[in-house]
Amino acid sequence: MAISPKDVEALSRLARIQLTDEELARFAGQLDGILSYVEKLKSAKTEGVAPTSHVLPLSNVFREDKLQPSLPTEEALANAPAREGPFFKVPKIIDPTG
Amino acid sequence: MTLRQIQESYRQKKAAPVQVAEDLLRRIEQQEPKIHAFAWMDPQRVREQVKELEKAGPSAERPLWGIPLLIKDNICVRGAPTTCASKILAGFRPPYDATVVERLKKAGAILLGMANMDEFAFGSSCEHSCYGPTRNPWDLGYVPGGSSGGSAAAVAARMAPAALGSDTGGSIRQPASFCGVVGLKPTYGRISRYGLIAFASSLDQIGPITRTVEDAALLTQVMAGPDPRDSTCADLAVPDYLRALGQPIHGLRLGLPKEYLSAGVDPEVRKAIEEALTVFRKLGATVKEVSLPHTEYAVPTYYIVATAEASSNLARFDGVRFGHRARPSTSSGRAEGKTMLEMYTRSREEGFGPEAKRRITLGTFVLSSGYYDAYYARALKVRTLIQQDFSRAFEQVDCLVTPTAPTPAFRLGEKMEDPLTMYLSDIFTISINLAGVPALSLPCGFTPAGLPVGMQLIAKPFAEDLLFRVGHAYQGATDWHEREPPDEIASSSLRGSSQ
Repeated sequence: MAISPKDVEALSRLARIQLTDEELARFAGQLDGILSYVEKLKSAKTEGVAPTSHVLPLSNVFREDKLQPSLPTEEALANAPAREGPFFKVPKIIDPTG
Repeated sequence: MTLRQIQESYRQKKAAPVQVAEDLLRRIEQQEPKIHAFAWMDPQRVREQVKELEKAGPSAERPLWGIPLLIKDNICVRGAPTTCASKILAGFRPPYDATVVERLKKAGAILLGMANMDEFAFGSSCEHSCYGPTRNPWDLGYVPGGSSGGSAAAVAARMAPAALGSDTGGSIRQPASFCGVVGLKPTYGRISRYGLIAFASSLDQIGPITRTVEDAALLTQVMAGPDPRDSTCADLAVPDYLRALGQPIHGLRLGLPKEYLSAGVDPEVRKAIEEALTVFRKLGATVKEVSLPHTEYAVPTYYIVATAEASSNLARFDGVRFGHRARPSTSSGRAEGKTMLEMYTRSREEGFGPEAKRRITLGTFVLSSGYYDAYYARALKVRTLIQQDFSRAFEQVDCLVTPTAPTPAFRLGEKMEDPLTMYLSDIFTISINLAGVPALSLPCGFTPAGLPVGMQLIAKPFAEDLLFRVGHAYQGATDWHEREPPDEIASSSLRGSSQ
């Protein structure tokens, strides 16, 4: 399949990354090459094969529901690019005019 | 010195941690400007740790007392910059230690600093780093491999006696191979991933990079075992790895997967592997050819599964709680200039390097509706087939022997603009992560140009003890692991121009 710069732009919107026009064009060509290579998988015989999302035979690992100390607020906020009191500060999410 | 030699010199009181640490700091000062293996280090912090350890003294509870280690820049060390060699984590100082770091500290290890890597472990050359590339100590014109290139180069250049790496598709083994050192990718679930900044959660494992197999066993012993903070860490007892080392390999059945010596393998690499097999035969092992028929699907399967998981894992880097946040745009005066969405997209644009952007985009594609079944769902099924290949092979043999990489180290810049060619350099290591089995890379020769060649040993899940036993027997019969790169390291390109 052919990936166009427009397709890459749609993907970058989904992935929340702004890309420059130059990147859109370059990635389109490179992703196209990678995707034609992975087309190879179509020749594998997968009828009746169960998918493996995880190699260990694990399901539902539980622990006791016990109260444990957690990260103090000050330490949790120490890496914050912006904060206000005990909160992470971010731009307004709800646009009152929109 | 190896870890064993350092321990021996402490035991005989020939040296104290302060001398070993000061020697290393001097060595780093000399070599680091050429190699560039570190993402961060602070001699003062090293000296403080040494002081505390000397005060505490050696004890049975501290099996790694006074052992200096370098940590890959994606494994959280409390209070030390841990950035995955990415601008998006600039300035991030974790408020906690990874489980492995906690265990190593408790065992008395000295943390030397953080090792350079490909950004978020996306790469096979250590060139995709916001700190610039690391160079191969055997020839500065060549890459050290990746993504744990800083870890492997530092051990090879004797700036650290051992280091930690992480391996998602070969990121410990391929640089170990390119730098002439030992690297272990443990079984998925053998070592806790708590505090390892996630790339692909179903594939990632932390492991040691050392000069000898014995040292790798020593570190694995301390790091392995269940961890309540990582539910994917197996609830299994850890065997005594050091005891496994002395056992002979007479009568062991080794398998040579025919798909791994096909076209595309460098003749020098093939020759080194054939010579290694001769050594194993002399040690009493038998060698037979086996088949892993789905090998050709490993790279495409990996680049679907790994990028899908990465695109999801890297969604957490959004400029809200830690790391880089773009400043609100003021010049354009656009109303959206200060929205949450623009903060996300611009922080991620500014923070991620090209390979991270490429992989996030690819992962987003294979997971997007309309393509999910054709790519991701299919890849998960092929992953089952690859895993079954290994189960079948291990019905016939105890251990597989392959080249770690199809070629020795390649030149800096050689594969930077061609991501697919770069991905193919992991062709022999990737299946192992998809199958979740353990594998060990160890030096098995040199090319005529003086670049190291690595051999990979692969075993059944949780049979690290067998890998150590086979690897240790090989190192007992050979001396590749004792060779050191010259102190006055030349670059082949520089050598060429001076003639």
